Amino acid sequence: MSRLDHSLSPAQTNQKELRGSLGTASWARQQQIGRAIGHVLLSVAGILFILPFFWLVSTSLKELDQIFTMPPIWIPNPIRWQNYPEALSYFPFLRQLRNTLIIALSSTGLTLISSTLVAFSFSRLRWVGRDLCFFLMLATMMLPYQVTMIPLFIIYRSLNWVNSFLPLIIPHAFGVPFFIFLLRQFFLSIPKDLDDAATIDGCLEVGILRHIILPLAKPALTTVALFQFLGSWNDFLGPLIYLNDPDKYTLPLGIQVFASTSGVQWGWMMAATTVLTVPVVVLFFFTQRTFIQGISVTGMKG
Amino acid sequence: MKILLPRREWRRLRVGLLFASPWIVGFLGFTLYPIIASFYYSLHVYTTFGQPMQWVGFSNYRELLGQDKLFWVSLYNTAYMVILGVPFHIALAILLALLLNVKLRGVAIYRTIYYLPTIVPVVATSVLWLWIFNPEYGLINAGLSLLGLRGPGWLADPGLAKLALILMGSWTIGGTVVIFLAGLQDIPQQLYEAAMIDGAGLLQRVFYVTLPMLSPVIFFNFIIAVIGGFQTFTEAFIMTQGGPLDATLFYALYLYRNAFEFFKMPYASAMAWVLFLVVVTATIFVFRTSARFVYYEGDGSK
Repeated sequence: MSRLDHSLSPAQTNQKELRGSLGTASWARQQQIGRAIGHVLLSVAGILFILPFFWLVSTSLKELDQIFTMPPIWIPNPIRWQNYPEALSYFPFLRQLRNTLIIALSSTGLTLISSTLVAFSFSRLRWVGRDLCFFLMLATMMLPYQVTMIPLFIIYRSLNWVNSFLPLIIPHAFGVPFFIFLLRQFFLSIPKDLDDAATIDGCLEVGILRHIILPLAKPALTTVALFQFLGSWNDFLGPLIYLNDPDKYTLPLGIQVFASTSGVQWGWMMAATTVLTVPVVVLFFFTQRTFIQGISVTGMKG
Repeated sequence: MKILLPRREWRRLRVGLLFASPWIVGFLGFTLYPIIASFYYSLHVYTTFGQPMQWVGFSNYRELLGQDKLFWVSLYNTAYMVILGVPFHIALAILLALLLNVKLRGVAIYRTIYYLPTIVPVVATSVLWLWIFNPEYGLINAGLSLLGLRGPGWLADPGLAKLALILMGSWTIGGTVVIFLAGLQDIPQQLYEAAMIDGAGLLQRVFYVTLPMLSPVIFFNFIIAVIGGFQTFTEAFIMTQGGPLDATLFYALYLYRNAFEFFKMPYASAMAWVLFLVVVTATIFVFRTSARFVYYEGDGSK
């Protein structure tokens, strides 16, 4: 009971003080019932959320006749690992994995550098017009991608960049508003006194960024790196527009094309989908805390 | 300029602009120019391939609004998703966040489970749910048959396809849940205590304390979801190709087709500008009406 100290429950914690008037027995029973209902609802929701994952992996290991049965079989028998090599041999999997990694890693590197510089300027430096620029940037975050999509395509086409990775990588060298915002919020939380002390010691802006901000901002930078990597890994529309050669496809695009041509081979499709999903799930399990913190910070500002 | 600004301010401006320059260049080249260019293109048509575009004034807009039935169909479908889907997902997310906020044992595990689907690549989600919605052997109709119900055709049924996509969208509300949970944990305890002393019951505390205090976070996420809703693309592109009977022909999908399948880039640019105006109008509308529903702390006028 002492651990109950938030919202719905805080209210209940406070009942502790009021329970004299309520009668201890009925209060405790009410508490127990409430908690039981909470658990039931949370676990029902939990099962609904997790079930598609089981269904995915289970189907990916089934023979066709076990896939097409009602009621469904949850544990495949026999387990058909063959779906994986078979599915992956239908399209240049390794090649597309390599493409995806090249795009995701270089985008992440560029995003980190450019967004840090801009966020530093928007948070730690004071200059005329800074807040106007920051406001403009926030406004662009609301801009639908479709509005700039066609002129950008025309620009890249005239640069001969279509069917190369460049349109998917290079824009990240110019700062990603969402990450600039995230980093700015974090930089603002670092005490300003540190800058002043460094200035007195003769540090210029570059020095402040390198010796004060960067070492302290590691958690925020990790969040940005993770989000950007994930964003590039998961991106579909970008590769769909800019890549037209299967050897240049990223994995999501390759798997979409594969799925759209493999008819009723659900075992293969689920195998390919599992291969696309597992890396991000593993990444998530190792970095959960960073994810949850990052998303909480960015979604709160009203 | 030098006259207006003292020497020190002048240096600050230079340094600030230098650090912010990646974003400034990006803003001018990748945002501002494309917005303007998009409008310019929308006043033209392509004649023959490789020839320069021909000026036609506003005739693309006239065709779009006056003659193009699919434009209105796609606008209707998109509005349907936004008006039905967004409030549904937000309400669901609030409910889950409230449950998670009751400090029960194992809450961290539930939170992880709810969040997990949001990191899955949208291509994987789409292919997986295509299988889950399979009318004969899919997971959902298997579940319904357990209850003795005959499941519908879901994505194959023009009347249900959009609802199916909304249902699928609830699988990825985990990010919003995490954000709301963080918001809930920011609500000061005293408010609940005060409400308790005034004799407020559980529901009253939720409606008169929790929701008003959470309203800025809800509002912010509502706007983000509305803007995102107007850009629904990948699910429809992969799962239904806009069908059946154009029931899932969303705005972004129809725009994409005009631009990259029918090669009517100027026409698609006109669509992009209409989208731009619709999103701006919708945002302003939400902001205007929000004054009545959103409570900002320290804002006496409510």
